Amino acid sequence: MVDLGLSRITGSALYVWRRNWDAFIKTYRVNFIPPFVEPLLYLLALGYGLGAFVEAIDGIPYPQYIAPALVSISVMYSAFFECTYSSFVRMYYQKTFDAIIAAPLSIEDVIAGEILWGATRGTIYATLMLPVLIAFGVVDLPTSFLLIPFALPAGLLFACIGMCFTAITPGIDALNYPSFLFITPMFLFSGTFFPLDILPEQVQYFAIAFLPLTHVVNVNRAITLTAFSPFVLFSLVWIGVVTVIFFVIALRLMRRRLIV
Amino acid sequence: MYSHLRRDSISDVIVAESLEKRFDDVVAVDRIDFAVREGEIFGFLGPNGAGKTTTMKMIQCVSPKTAGTLRVFGMDVSTRPRQIKQHLGVVPQENNLDPDFTAYQNLTIYARYFGIPRKTAEERAEELLDFMQLREKSDVLIDKLSGGMKRRLIIARALVNDPELLILDEPTIGLDPQARHLIWEKLKEIQAQGNTQVMTTHYLDEAARLCDRLVIMDHGKILVEGSPGSLISEYAGTDIVEADSTPQVMACLDAIGASYDAVGDVVQVFTGRPHDVVRALMESCSHEKVLARPATLEDVFLKLTGRTLRE
Repeated sequence: MVDLGLSRITGSALYVWRRNWDAFIKTYRVNFIPPFVEPLLYLLALGYGLGAFVEAIDGIPYPQYIAPALVSISVMYSAFFECTYSSFVRMYYQKTFDAIIAAPLSIEDVIAGEILWGATRGTIYATLMLPVLIAFGVVDLPTSFLLIPFALPAGLLFACIGMCFTAITPGIDALNYPSFLFITPMFLFSGTFFPLDILPEQVQYFAIAFLPLTHVVNVNRAITLTAFSPFVLFSLVWIGVVTVIFFVIALRLMRRRLIV
Repeated sequence: MYSHLRRDSISDVIVAESLEKRFDDVVAVDRIDFAVREGEIFGFLGPNGAGKTTTMKMIQCVSPKTAGTLRVFGMDVSTRPRQIKQHLGVVPQENNLDPDFTAYQNLTIYARYFGIPRKTAEERAEELLDFMQLREKSDVLIDKLSGGMKRRLIIARALVNDPELLILDEPTIGLDPQARHLIWEKLKEIQAQGNTQVMTTHYLDEAARLCDRLVIMDHGKILVEGSPGSLISEYAGTDIVEADSTPQVMACLDAIGASYDAVGDVVQVFTGRPHDVVRALMESCSHEKVLARPATLEDVFLKLTGRTLRE
């Protein structure tokens, strides 16, 4: 049987998650600002500012159209950046991973804990954004509460992908490549602020095949508009499969990097 | 203390046989054998790149061995790392305290990695802060601690799981004499409680003072093994006489038939009868800069590993 490293993950991974939770809570004031401020700014500037010039998209007013995208983007950013820049700082500069694996934890425990934490952070942000969106009346209730549980798998997806980059990056500056060449284009071209179907067909297929945010936005939009279709099911399967693949790759790359 | 662990022999905590570690084409540890007995402080000495830290990391179960056997508490490092690490305390060469937390939290959070319940962890953290004289630094963030305090805290952290075996990779590196003496005192206290310790150090006075037995390594191999005293008497004799390296001095020494080594601008005579050598030098050469001193571990070290600078 192929050794995927999964057998070396134990419940001790939760101690790593807990360490990051403790650090997050210590600085909660700073950490809680973005999820409140971001949706406010985007909704005002894009939803109502730019949105004043935009006709309803498929019969949906513009603020309502972008609301689920704002949650998706926030989950993507928080999980991806947590498992790239922040994890890299802990791994490389603070030597926290080295310290932890001297205790009875495997490197797989550490990476699993870090990824779970990245996803948790995404979930916290989605949870904090929701009241703002509800206050603006741009999301359906009560279905929109589903944004919270769905933020966890969505966060896991971006956390796993981020961790793969962290495992191969030569230094912290090189993490700018995936940030600008992968995350930023996704932010714009995943059906976030305009529908995919105005793009050339090939680009649409590319987005559906390779851009994770496309699927997260698709699911979140179905949730906030209470409009579920078979495509949502496809997105969920896509997210599940890709998450598992990148999780296994992240474990493997990290073992190769750190266990010499 | 750890009768629940299956052991090869009651007296050997670590047993290595033909232990080998390769990095691609480089042989870092070249089929070494050693055994560390329960309750002793065992030292690994050697120049940079000798393979000391690599050996430590294999014992800690964080770096897999390439070949040979390595058993800690009678357990194979490659199959039972978690069980071994549960009873290990590690003081790494590089400080890796968690800068996001205070001194106290560093201990309680580290205790959590061992599955120690919160209440026990908190009591233990208090005890250890007292023991390492860090009580008043309890709520201070790591960045605000001095080098000596960080080192003391990292030793406290290594003790948080009440380990049977402590692994110390250059425990007093870069510390002032006061801090070093405090750490030596504490390590001796810990040993007196029945703890076994394995350490690497570049400070040969530290090794001579602390280690019951030690090995000197170079190029991945163990050159010699023994107690500091026995190694000194075997490889450096009891005393050393040093004098300026001049033709007269060398002539004098040749005349009395003493063998000497020229080291830079000094000649060294390894001898069991320093008075005779000194008298001969004083009388025949009327030389001023003659020094007789006891042989040290440093003399053994330099004799065995040479004086070439290592990177």
